[in-house]
Amino acid sequence: MRTPVHEAEPQALAYNPTELLICSAARLMQDNATTFIGTGIPMLAAALAQKMHAPNLVAIFEFGGTGAILDKLPLAVGGECTFHRALAASGICDIVETAQRGFIEFGFLGGAQIDPYGNLNSTVIGDHDHPKARLPGSGGANDVGSHCWQTIAIMRQDRRRFVDKVDFITTPGYLSGPGAREAAGLPPGTGPYRVVTDLSVMGYHPHSKRMLLLATQPGVSVEQVLENTGFELLLADPVEQNPPPTAEELRILRQEVDRDRLYI
Amino acid sequence: MEVIQSGIGKLIQPPDINAFREWNRRKSKALVDKRMSEAEAVGRFIHDGAYIGTELYGTVRCPMSLVNEIVRQGVKGLRVAGQGVFELDMLLAASLVKALDITYIGLEVYGVSNCLRREVESGRVETCVEWSNAGIAWRFKAAAMGVPFIPVRSMLGSDTFKYSAAKVVECPFTGDPICLLPALILDVGLIHVHRADKYGNAQIDGISGFANELARASKTLIISAEEIVDCEHFRRQPDRTTIPYYLVDAVVEAPFGSHPGEMCYLYERDEAQIKEWVEASKDEAATRAYLDKYIYSVRDHHEYLRLIGSERLQSLRHKANGGQDENPCA
Repeated sequence: MRTPVHEAEPQALAYNPTELLICSAARLMQDNATTFIGTGIPMLAAALAQKMHAPNLVAIFEFGGTGAILDKLPLAVGGECTFHRALAASGICDIVETAQRGFIEFGFLGGAQIDPYGNLNSTVIGDHDHPKARLPGSGGANDVGSHCWQTIAIMRQDRRRFVDKVDFITTPGYLSGPGAREAAGLPPGTGPYRVVTDLSVMGYHPHSKRMLLLATQPGVSVEQVLENTGFELLLADPVEQNPPPTAEELRILRQEVDRDRLYI
Repeated sequence: MEVIQSGIGKLIQPPDINAFREWNRRKSKALVDKRMSEAEAVGRFIHDGAYIGTELYGTVRCPMSLVNEIVRQGVKGLRVAGQGVFELDMLLAASLVKALDITYIGLEVYGVSNCLRREVESGRVETCVEWSNAGIAWRFKAAAMGVPFIPVRSMLGSDTFKYSAAKVVECPFTGDPICLLPALILDVGLIHVHRADKYGNAQIDGISGFANELARASKTLIISAEEIVDCEHFRRQPDRTTIPYYLVDAVVEAPFGSHPGEMCYLYERDEAQIKEWVEASKDEAATRAYLDKYIYSVRDHHEYLRLIGSERLQSLRHKANGGQDENPCA
């Protein structure tokens, strides 16, 4: 990863950018909240949140797991860990229909590109029919971004990823702006909520629905965030400093969540 | 109902539900022994240009022994419902796919599929029509219901819709825009299950992904099973029958049939083998060498398992059971 290990202050703990992303995402996960967990970093964040502040976080996995206890780290959204000591094991139609009925509060997603309205691309770079790079496609991302009440994107931040216009809207954010989701027929009151990156935590302006810088990650300046964003980013007043991972978060992450260091 | 917008993607398999009814009417409902080898099942039922679909989630419950046989027989010009990882990578690696209704083809934690990139970016896959995961599963559900389309609120407003073959209409009840997905009827469906009897009754343990829907959306259904059990096993607990026999055309016994993927409660995925594939798939020559070693040079699934080695396979089984627990569903 690009960002150096943060060791600026002598007493500060060293951690890498992946650990920072996981801890920042975990803090956004709430106890007793139904939370749609995508593959990768959201899985680690959910496991960490369950062992910290959210023991009853209801982890929901696309292929049927509801309410798993995340003792072992899932490598796939359909693996046995996604319904380990869970409350229900069903299938994809049941899970996404549950989201479509308004039962799922949060959805955590990744993507290759994001624009100021939180639209996400994970389908192609370049033209669809003659792509420069063919990416995996929507998978469940479009479903999560369509139905969950609040969607959180987790990404690395640079000008290639944070672009004024994504090459392909795989997953709808606020589309072209206020009212656009509702006009398209998407459920009212849904949409992007936060973006967590290695440089910052962002939200959306309540009226314009454009991305808004809420906090910088430890040791990162507002200027650095702006330099790594390919569009005009709104600034909260004031822009906060996101606190660094705590010793307890890092201990649990390294010793309990990802013991084999598959991700971190 | 007024059509507000139509996706520009090709409708690769139009939903002819009356033909599907006629097909199902003619299908034998007799309790007959349908056991056969992978070679016979693929040879009899999967022909060049067929529209096929596999059911699995990630690396879980992949019908690998069947897919390897498709590669071995070199069935060409396949049209495929694309929700997959390892098994669709094999079909793409062997350049057998002509058209994709794609939702996700990738390697999950190991990133994008190199074979998908090569086949699509070179134009060897001629058609890529986009859908969401639930979109594909709901298309099977519509076929399973015997209706030509299903209204959903996924895909609205996105390019995933624009490059699909779905339509947005004004809902005749609410007046709001709603997305209609066309039913997807497969020529052949492939599902790997925990156990089946010789007639084709099948049980799946753990989450069911979209097996129920895909099984009922398939004109021809090939089941591979970790073990073949007596029909009495099903008659004792009929509530656990996921797939009833009359849907099924072939039953293939395939222990470790999902390898290198996993089978919940039975065995874990083979991380070393998956990593070997991820590395090989980065390069066309290495991809070819992998196919030569693990598919073309072995006669069948039994020889494949011998190549992997029983010690290694048993170590995967051991880990999944924690060394002590029995499968709670068996």
